[in-house]
Amino acid sequence: MILLRNISVAHRHEFALLDISLSVGRGEFVVILGPNGAGKTTLLKVINGLCRPTSGSGEIFGQVMNSSNAGGIRRAIGYVPQIMNIDPRFPITAYEVVSFGRISKAGLFRQLGKIDKQVIEQAMSLTGIEQLADRPIGHLSGGEQQKVAIARAIAQEPELLLLDEPTSNLDLSAQQTITSLIETIYLEKKITTVMVTHLLHHIPHHAQRLILMKKGEIIKDGKRDELMDEQTLSELYDCQLSKSYIMSGTLFTPEKK
Amino acid sequence: MIELFSYKFMQNALLAALIGGASCGVTGVFVVLMRIPFISVAMSHAAFAGAVLGILTGVNPLMLAIVFSLASAFLIGPIADKADIDTNISIGIIFSIVLGIAFLCMGLIKGPKTEALKYIWGNILMVSSNNIILMAIVLILVSLFIILLFKEMKAVLFSRELSAASGIPEKKIYYIMLFLSGLVVSLNLNTIGGLLIFSLIVNPAAAAYQLTYSVKRMFLLSASFGILSTLTGLFCSYLFDVPSGAVIILISSSLFGIALLFSPKRKVKHYATA
Repeated sequence: MILLRNISVAHRHEFALLDISLSVGRGEFVVILGPNGAGKTTLLKVINGLCRPTSGSGEIFGQVMNSSNAGGIRRAIGYVPQIMNIDPRFPITAYEVVSFGRISKAGLFRQLGKIDKQVIEQAMSLTGIEQLADRPIGHLSGGEQQKVAIARAIAQEPELLLLDEPTSNLDLSAQQTITSLIETIYLEKKITTVMVTHLLHHIPHHAQRLILMKKGEIIKDGKRDELMDEQTLSELYDCQLSKSYIMSGTLFTPEKK
Repeated sequence: MIELFSYKFMQNALLAALIGGASCGVTGVFVVLMRIPFISVAMSHAAFAGAVLGILTGVNPLMLAIVFSLASAFLIGPIADKADIDTNISIGIIFSIVLGIAFLCMGLIKGPKTEALKYIWGNILMVSSNNIILMAIVLILVSLFIILLFKEMKAVLFSRELSAASGIPEKKIYYIMLFLSGLVVSLNLNTIGGLLIFSLIVNPAAAAYQLTYSVKRMFLLSASFGILSTLTGLFCSYLFDVPSGAVIILISSSLFGIALLFSPKRKVKHYATA
């Protein structure tokens, strides 16, 4: 489904991505983990074509993305960016934002049809935001805005879901809710999912493959159980982490210097 | 009062007020929601530069005003995207270029420069029938764009990145909005003038923004405020012999002040930052 070969992205003399090769198969749930500045977001943007690589090549759904097929490919990719800074007075409601996911499916010069409206309502129901439909998007809390963003991506009926730090800048309860929601969507829809995060504690249980990134490079790619150990993660985050076991799973905490 | 409308110039002025007010009000919604208020300043000066060049070279000033304004509108988006800079910076670059051309041409015009200055101040009572036809065509174009591509336009106004990511042709939609803004500015130079059109584009839309959470209602309110401003300006200009452009701006600014006073959004910012 995703095939990247030797992708590099450079901003002048600095590399955001360096020689990345990656393959993601249909139905996989992959989490890309790494500290800030590792190039995780850039990698997601390369996958959906919002960032053009300096070198290397890639295929999405078996096609090389170019200006003529980019729109068609992106229609099949649900993208949830990092939490946006939305003006609370912006005249757009939560329902309208979710409906943006159906626009490209409906096509130019056409109104959203009955089926589109059903899909929007289903996406809102799945994410539990039906009661927020008429609220201005800027009035919602960070967690609610993330749910709306996920509902919008789901309304697209995507084959591939890209999630960029979906739990960052949220309180603990909202982080838990969003993580559970992502798991529910994966279980119900079986959409190939690539999620980027720097938070160790909110990696969904069904994400069995981890890709560790640091300074623009993939340093490890493997099974979750093999990579979630103290030494690997300590190297990844450049600080000594210690592992402890709690009721809900494993907890990694930085050791005091 | 009724005999007022028996004069041809007054009928033209009334039509120009209606069409110009509506088109500036509607265009203002793009400008305010895209947060690029100075686009109208850049484009009005581009149109002014074109008009002055026209006067200098003997080519139809209105035609060159339209060409310059459209060329600027056409360049602002691609410059911002290619150079990966904020659209407002791209607007600043275009503004400085057209200002340079305008001053250069003004310096080269021999004798009085009254003809050029009319494009700065405008005069709604002097608008020609041809100008009104062009303004009406542009209003129809803008309205068609809004009606036919309303859902795409709303998505692009909300977020260009999200629109692009979900397969909406956001660049085309964004550039069309810039292009239509340029068209509206250049064709309203004769009525309200290059310097003051900025306010007629921004104030009605900014007032409407204070009053509604619906983009559709914002378009309707902004167009109504635009028409109210131009009509009031026209009557004051005729009755009290005062400059129409200045009155139009004062009315539209007052409408913004009133909208701000009665805005249901007044406390929203405080809640959001609390």
